[in-house]
Amino acid sequence: MKTNKTEIIRKRSFWEANRQSGGYLLRNRVSRIVVSFVRALLLFGLCFMIIQPLLTRFSTSLMTERDLYDSTVILLPREVTFDNYRIVADLTNLPKSMLNTIWTCTLVSALQVIACTLVGYGFARFDFPLKKLWFGCVIVTIIVPPQTIATALYMNFVNFDILGIFKHFTGKGINLHGSLVPYSLMSLTCMGLKNGLYIYMLRQYFRGIPKSLEEAAYVDGCKTLRTFVKIMLPDAKPTILSCFLFSFVWQWTDLFYTRNFLSNYSIYSNELSTILTRMNYYFSTESGKPTIVPVGRQMQLVSIGILVCCIPLIILYIFTQRTFVESIAMSGTKE
Amino acid sequence: MAKAKMKGGVRRWTLKEIFLTYVPVEPLKRWFYESHRKNSVLLEQKTEIKPDQFLKEALRDRNETDGYQSLIKTPRKSNETFSSMRSRNARIGTMFVLPFIIGFLVFMIGPLVESLMMSFSSVTIVRGSGYESQFIGFTNYKYALSVDPEFNTFLVDEIGRMAINAISTLVLSFVIAVILNQNFKGRTAARAIFFLPVILASGVLPGIEAQIGSNQEITMIESVAEELSSSSGINISETLQELLSVSGVAGSVFQILFDMIDAIYDIVMASGIQIIVFLSGLQAISPSLYEAADMEGCTAWESFWKITFPMVSPLLLVNCIYTIIDFFMKNDNKVMELINEVMYKQVRFGESAAMSWIYFAIALSFIAVSSVIITRGVHYYED
Repeated sequence: MKTNKTEIIRKRSFWEANRQSGGYLLRNRVSRIVVSFVRALLLFGLCFMIIQPLLTRFSTSLMTERDLYDSTVILLPREVTFDNYRIVADLTNLPKSMLNTIWTCTLVSALQVIACTLVGYGFARFDFPLKKLWFGCVIVTIIVPPQTIATALYMNFVNFDILGIFKHFTGKGINLHGSLVPYSLMSLTCMGLKNGLYIYMLRQYFRGIPKSLEEAAYVDGCKTLRTFVKIMLPDAKPTILSCFLFSFVWQWTDLFYTRNFLSNYSIYSNELSTILTRMNYYFSTESGKPTIVPVGRQMQLVSIGILVCCIPLIILYIFTQRTFVESIAMSGTKE
Repeated sequence: MAKAKMKGGVRRWTLKEIFLTYVPVEPLKRWFYESHRKNSVLLEQKTEIKPDQFLKEALRDRNETDGYQSLIKTPRKSNETFSSMRSRNARIGTMFVLPFIIGFLVFMIGPLVESLMMSFSSVTIVRGSGYESQFIGFTNYKYALSVDPEFNTFLVDEIGRMAINAISTLVLSFVIAVILNQNFKGRTAARAIFFLPVILASGVLPGIEAQIGSNQEITMIESVAEELSSSSGINISETLQELLSVSGVAGSVFQILFDMIDAIYDIVMASGIQIIVFLSGLQAISPSLYEAADMEGCTAWESFWKITFPMVSPLLLVNCIYTIIDFFMKNDNKVMELINEVMYKQVRFGESAAMSWIYFAIALSFIAVSSVIITRGVHYYED
């Protein structure tokens, strides 16, 4: 009897069912379609808006100078040229600056992450006097704009001295400006770019790990440091990795710290920020007569520079997208 | 031991303990003894008591009545600093946090104080040996606020822009998070794309193209583009904008709305992290709440305002603070540019320090005010 009934219901046409439900079924289905359509439209629009600059940059990067001023050419270049890339590579001192960037970013972010992991663990697991005060200081480092202390830091490193030790011997401090030392020192002491944020993220993560794990290790006679290395670190690998990625990526595009501490190095973001000033000179020496680069051309070359800066990041992001997103999601939910 | 003061079930740290955690007393003592040993060798030899002799003396003192009891209960030696597991943990904890403490004291507090001093003095660079400064009171602040032609207007501009942008960033990221929380195909891809600006719109990248515009008086391409758009048919959004603002009904309100809509690109680019944070909050809400509401006859709209919004509201604070900080520190921010220019191009360190302190104070007050407002309206859900 029962099976018979359900079969009948299933066999009924949609309209019949709709009639029986008093129009509810139709209304429901229509509203579902409309909602998903609007949602798709909205999301597509917004996503397109984010990606579109990259696409236009890519298409203009392949244009010749003539195509650039041709109003009939909008997206697809008439003839594809890779010559622009060569010019930008010359302007930004490319293979060298990129290698320098990769190596400094890796070094600096590795140091930052090591320091931040230690500090984050300390804040998460141990109770010690003035803990709240120090954690407030972490928040302060997030809030203080680096520009506020830029001058003083700059001076500090031009005339670097620890408690007047060097002054005692040589009469003045040592000039550390332009070497990697100051920034690695700062990275090692959690004062690099957005390090407060990483401390916060790692602290949140460590707080989420059950305490019994460590207690078991302690009971078995494991010392604190060993417990940290053997038990906590393997567990926190994803978060540490994502902090490293954030640090790497932000360091890659950072201008403030690179300009202040690594101005002698050929770092890509530094080169990119001064690309405009070198453009006229470059074209003048190439053509043998003084030339002023027109605005359109300037824009094209700058956007190629940006594109070159973005490409490694995008490739990195495609492979590590989950790590990025999930670590932020995790640090947001707790507390 | 000092009387334990309890606060919420946890004993508070006594001053002595705080002191002992941060000052390595024991190594210092040992070092002190070691260095003075040679001088006091003779003295030590005189007073030194050999262990068995000590034992005998102790036993004799106690009249041999309570046996070894007195020995077991020997008073704590004075240089034993860590009385409990808790103090030992405290010492280890500070060891872990030590890098930050050192960094904060050396590279944050030091420069911060120095730049504060700089903002109150006239700074002249001396080749080879840093700078010299002379105290001149509030002159730099006066310069920044009343003499410099651009600082004031930029400041007001940026703050206005920030207030509008912060609100719309929060709203937009919340809406997008709600949308992304629904089930549909390509959700992960959409989430990834919305997060992309966090990586790509950082550091040099947003500011560099604006430089071209500031170098040339009028950007040729822009003017050409404007002409093209005005000649090619009707621009719907602009027509609508004109119609609405001419109609006279709440013109200024519409103007703000238009500003928001014009800034949508900036807003979307700035809301990557906020979206993810809201999204994680949304996913943490247990579905049983919605089920219960549905059983009671709540509509989707009602359950949005009664469940979704209150449950996510604590994250509003985090996001709001993050948005404000992010906005204040952006590279394409006009005030930041001005400060950089005054510092590096005009080499006026005192003035630039004053400017950045004004800016910092404003940012701080913004964060304080908004967090006070939000914490009042926030509902904290406890399991």
